[in-house]
Amino acid sequence: MITVANLSKRYGDKLAVDSLDFTVRPGIVTGFLGPNGAGKSTTMRMIVGLDNPTSGDVTVNGSHYAEHKAPIHQVGALLEAKAVHTGRSAYNHLLAMAATTGISKQRVDEVIDLVGLREVAKKRAGGFSLGMGQRLGIASALLGDPEVVILDEPVNGLDPEGVLWIRNLLRSLAGEGRTVFVSSHLMSEMALTAEHLIVIGRGRLIADVSVAEFTASASSKSVRVRSPQATELRDLLADDNVSIASSERGLLEITGLEPADIGDRALRAGIALHELSPQQASLEEAFMELTRDAVEYHATTTSGADAR
Amino acid sequence: MTTTLEKAAPVAAKHRPVPSSLKVTQARVVRSEWIKFRSLRSTVITMAAGAIAVIGLGLLSAAFASGTISSPDGGGGPPGGNDPTGISLSGVMLAQLIIGSLGVMMTSGEYTTGMIRSSLAAVPKRLPVLWGKAIVFAGVTFVVMLAATLVAFLGGQAILSGAGVASASLGDTGVLRAIAGSALNLTGVGLMGIALGALLRSTAGAISTLFGIVLILPGLLQLLPSSWNANIGPYLPSNAIESFTTVQAEAGSTMLSSGAGLAVFAAWVVVLLAGAAVLLKRRDA
Repeated sequence: MITVANLSKRYGDKLAVDSLDFTVRPGIVTGFLGPNGAGKSTTMRMIVGLDNPTSGDVTVNGSHYAEHKAPIHQVGALLEAKAVHTGRSAYNHLLAMAATTGISKQRVDEVIDLVGLREVAKKRAGGFSLGMGQRLGIASALLGDPEVVILDEPVNGLDPEGVLWIRNLLRSLAGEGRTVFVSSHLMSEMALTAEHLIVIGRGRLIADVSVAEFTASASSKSVRVRSPQATELRDLLADDNVSIASSERGLLEITGLEPADIGDRALRAGIALHELSPQQASLEEAFMELTRDAVEYHATTTSGADAR
Repeated sequence: MTTTLEKAAPVAAKHRPVPSSLKVTQARVVRSEWIKFRSLRSTVITMAAGAIAVIGLGLLSAAFASGTISSPDGGGGPPGGNDPTGISLSGVMLAQLIIGSLGVMMTSGEYTTGMIRSSLAAVPKRLPVLWGKAIVFAGVTFVVMLAATLVAFLGGQAILSGAGVASASLGDTGVLRAIAGSALNLTGVGLMGIALGALLRSTAGAISTLFGIVLILPGLLQLLPSSWNANIGPYLPSNAIESFTTVQAEAGSTMLSSGAGLAVFAAWVVVLLAGAAVLLKRRDA
């Protein structure tokens, strides 16, 4: 359980985190979403006491992180892939971390196997790829068998197999009753992994919703209709409350009518339909819509604008 | 959630139950810092280089002083002056630079690689990490450098007496103090490096500041009016070090007594470490 209460962090004259309030519950994967620069990493750093809040409070399982007697058993965190000395081997890095709280060598070996770094465990971490660095960071986070797992952009730099592995790992950690808090700027990734979402932008809370609610609110009423008599169908359905767009011949995008309604009326008018399918706005689109005003760094090139 | 709840929660085969006494303690952090220290090839090599500098340059100077070898043009006196102990310990100066840099890298290396975030997340009280580094570094450095200065002294004196030149023995007044003092000197300069690395978080910045304080400050002081120089000079680290590492003080020297010099040098180390501790506790990692 992570409790964030009225949390703010100011760097100079920039308010990186602005009066955040939310709770991360055990037993589920909670996604922490926001555009780049939204304040996700800063919030996570404050949870584990690396940065001090300017005001407000954050506790883990009821206490400040630094007050726990065995902190890495309470919270395992991956904050940056390479929070590791480049000259030290993965094994020795984990061994040094383990020694601070009396964790055995066997546990070090276990987490090395768990993240699949056995073959490179004795090699210098400086030579690791981004993906291997992420795996080492995750091994570090799991070392203390913690109740709360915090991962900042864990899928960054992982290959598809690694991404799938992370997804399953996060779900199984949550399934064991742990609190799992994962940041990402990819809505689609979170939709597959998380049950609950906390969305922030420019340091402020934008949404604190379940993934199911978010998905439902994201779906639009658009229906895609393909018909050889598209022009007649357009005339038939035209109404003030209905908007019809056509991007190619014989294809209509209709908003404001249910698919059943369109099908029935086409039948009565004797118009053949070759396709009638309800469309959902992609989650990524819904996320962009939600955070549009809060995006810190807009692309300014015209090609970027055209791509939308 | 509490630990009792966690034990009740279903645990996958991969996860072992958490044993009850897994508190972070200073002793455990020292152990962790020892693992960190020995698992970096650069630390081990640098420490060895420091020992080689002490022994190698000490023996070389003794060989020069004894006339066993001489420079081609025959010019220049032996390093270390006419004091046989000083001659055999003349490598300590170079070792100061090497061990001082090692101290800096103990802390600045964690900042430049990002390791510090792992270290402080594991030990969020933070200060045990600084003390752990200082304890491990001071312990290893003092033992290794004491061995090195002893070898340099004994080897150097053997060369000198073998050539029939004036030599010293361990029992002579001030000799043991100079040998142990040289090991303390190197340990203290390294600890100043640890503090500066933590304060400045940059290897280059901390190394140049350290060398500035230890090597350049006395030279700069010469530019000031002589009364200032006489009043401030003895309290600079390099001059304080000299007071407890030399057997024979030069005539007319304004040097502190060896006890006072050691105290002044220790004060420099303590003040810098205290400053590092305050900022480590206060600043964002």
